[in-house]
Amino acid sequence: MSGARGSVGRPFPMAAREALGDAQLRANLANATHTIREKRDRVVAEVADWQQLREAGAAIKADVLANLDAYLLEFEAAVTAAGGHVHWAPDAAAANQVVLDVARAHEVTELVKVKSLTTDEIGLNAALAAGGVHALETDLAELILQLDGDWSSHILVPAIHRNRTEIRDLFRATIGPPSLSDDPGELAEAARLYLRERFLSARMAVSGANFGVADSGTVCVVESEGNGRMCTTLPPVLVSILGIEKLVPTFSDLEVFLQLLPRSSTGERMNPYTSLWTGVTPGDGPQEFHVVLLDAGRTRVLADEVGRQALHCIRCSACLNVCPVYSRTGGHAYGSIYPGPIGAILTPQLYGIEHAPTLPFASSLCGACYEVCPVMIDIPSVLVDLRAKAVAAAAKPQERAAFRALSWIFGSRRRFAAAARLGRVGQWLLVREGRIMHLPPPLSGWTRSRDLRPLAGETFRDWWARRR
Amino acid sequence: MRVALFITCIGDTVAPEVGRSTVAVLERLGHEVVFPPEQTCCGQMHINSGYRAEADALGERFLAVFDGCEVIVSPSSSCVGTMRELHPQLHGRLFELSELLVAKLGVSDVGASFPHRVVYHPTCHSLRVTKVGDAPLALLRAVGGLELVELPDARECCGFGGTFAIKNSETSTAMVVDKCAAIASTGASVVTAVDSSCLLQIGGRLQREGSSVRAMHLAEILAQTDSG
Repeated sequence: MSGARGSVGRPFPMAAREALGDAQLRANLANATHTIREKRDRVVAEVADWQQLREAGAAIKADVLANLDAYLLEFEAAVTAAGGHVHWAPDAAAANQVVLDVARAHEVTELVKVKSLTTDEIGLNAALAAGGVHALETDLAELILQLDGDWSSHILVPAIHRNRTEIRDLFRATIGPPSLSDDPGELAEAARLYLRERFLSARMAVSGANFGVADSGTVCVVESEGNGRMCTTLPPVLVSILGIEKLVPTFSDLEVFLQLLPRSSTGERMNPYTSLWTGVTPGDGPQEFHVVLLDAGRTRVLADEVGRQALHCIRCSACLNVCPVYSRTGGHAYGSIYPGPIGAILTPQLYGIEHAPTLPFASSLCGACYEVCPVMIDIPSVLVDLRAKAVAAAAKPQERAAFRALSWIFGSRRRFAAAARLGRVGQWLLVREGRIMHLPPPLSGWTRSRDLRPLAGETFRDWWARRR
Repeated sequence: MRVALFITCIGDTVAPEVGRSTVAVLERLGHEVVFPPEQTCCGQMHINSGYRAEADALGERFLAVFDGCEVIVSPSSSCVGTMRELHPQLHGRLFELSELLVAKLGVSDVGASFPHRVVYHPTCHSLRVTKVGDAPLALLRAVGGLELVELPDARECCGFGGTFAIKNSETSTAMVVDKCAAIASTGASVVTAVDSSCLLQIGGRLQREGSSVRAMHLAEILAQTDSG
């Protein structure tokens, strides 16, 4: 399953319920998220000016978004001057078509891919397959998912929901020898042998990008396995797909993000491979280079004063790892290639709130995400803003009536006091031994797993009045 | 000092003992507590549920009711933090109880006595929105006879989150089950916090599990003295 995600109709609470019932998944997730969380905390604590770095990251991104039109044209001119070709893609279909056209021009039927969320977002693999081109994922986790017809559940660690016994069985059935053990070294070696042949024979590669530098036309990919370096240097044709928000103004701005990103995402001081390339260099690396600049909803997000900060995101996934919801439900419950807190604000904005109306509510608003975000996206505030949009877009007459009634009651102290008296009298049916254990829907959502304290016998204000 | 009490909707109707305790502590320290009777709810539940127009009206109502009050205190960090975020003019005027005592009044020993093993759950809004810092811990450490023990994974949310607890009931439950397990692992007989709403969630789960651990608001502990 490699199609675009995000318009999956299943409400979050329903999908989450299923995930929460999977004990193995719960254990895998708790273990993995806590491990990355601790690593991140350790290496972030080493950086004395971390808060200033975050502020710098946010300020650079805000500047890019405020002047995006100019930076995009500057980037296009620089890429072109360096011998690259720039394509403007208003939507997923246009971007996919560019890649397919390049593949067809070179009569390529298989290409190699660097791990890329953007290409997952636009459903590139499925579009290429429909056009007779196989896109081979070369990131280990992405390869695992592709071999199994599964899909990513984490921005950084796509196969976080799988364990190594499952991977051994999968490799035995697909790319590895039948004698393969579940030793991580052996599993990696099996993948390495399989991939190495493909790297050497591939005639075309596709990548996303972590950053595009406006003033030089440089594209940057950050990774851990070296597969990205193989893809961006060996095949003679390379296509890189960039969301338009991925630009930074100058080369020296990378200094800020290359410090923020690895510490936030893998909890490393520095990632193993940082590939930077500018256009085409004769005799070295790909000799034909294309950049696809993708909108696909981003200009709409940019137009929203509160929501636009979601475009600051550098896809580090720190917010996933600290999220009390994500770390229990995993990524698939979010129905999008962008899961977790950032997904809960990106997905409804990119695809439209009507396609993901439950995601803004998939948060207790605890604020742990905002605290770790390296570019200071105030995710809770965006969630609250999106909730108002979801309420405006959906017809929920009963809920609306309930909240209106409550605000009417809260609008006067007499009504409030009268409602409290009424509730106190009315609740006798429900209270047993000083607690409420059963309530009708939707309040049964509380009492299924928790007792509820009844209204007190005497309100504070009655006590206060009596005391004076 | 004359202090206006904002009791909150939950504090008025469900957990009035928290307000009574707040009054007891402040009066014991020699302060005058007033209660503007027109107050109802700050509207946080409406904002967080997406009903902004209704929330705005309640927020304006709050400002009007407390107009002229120089110092306002509330035993709810969540309501305090939200109101300060929405109405920056409330900074320096509206305080959460522990914040008022420690940061504004410079008191950490309020003369309380509570000889029990207690664990403190730092609620999310108290940590990240209202930012009360160590004020509640400073107060607890000064309580006579109280043994303060550390809560594992203390900064994890309890899963309340207002209507989240109902709309995402299963996820909310998974969170509070873990929180209660962490509380139980400390051997404490009381869990305390500075938000009655989170304590409804934690206390409600503890009760459902048949636990003997009691959920008590910080104000209730601070109100306890040797003389009862």
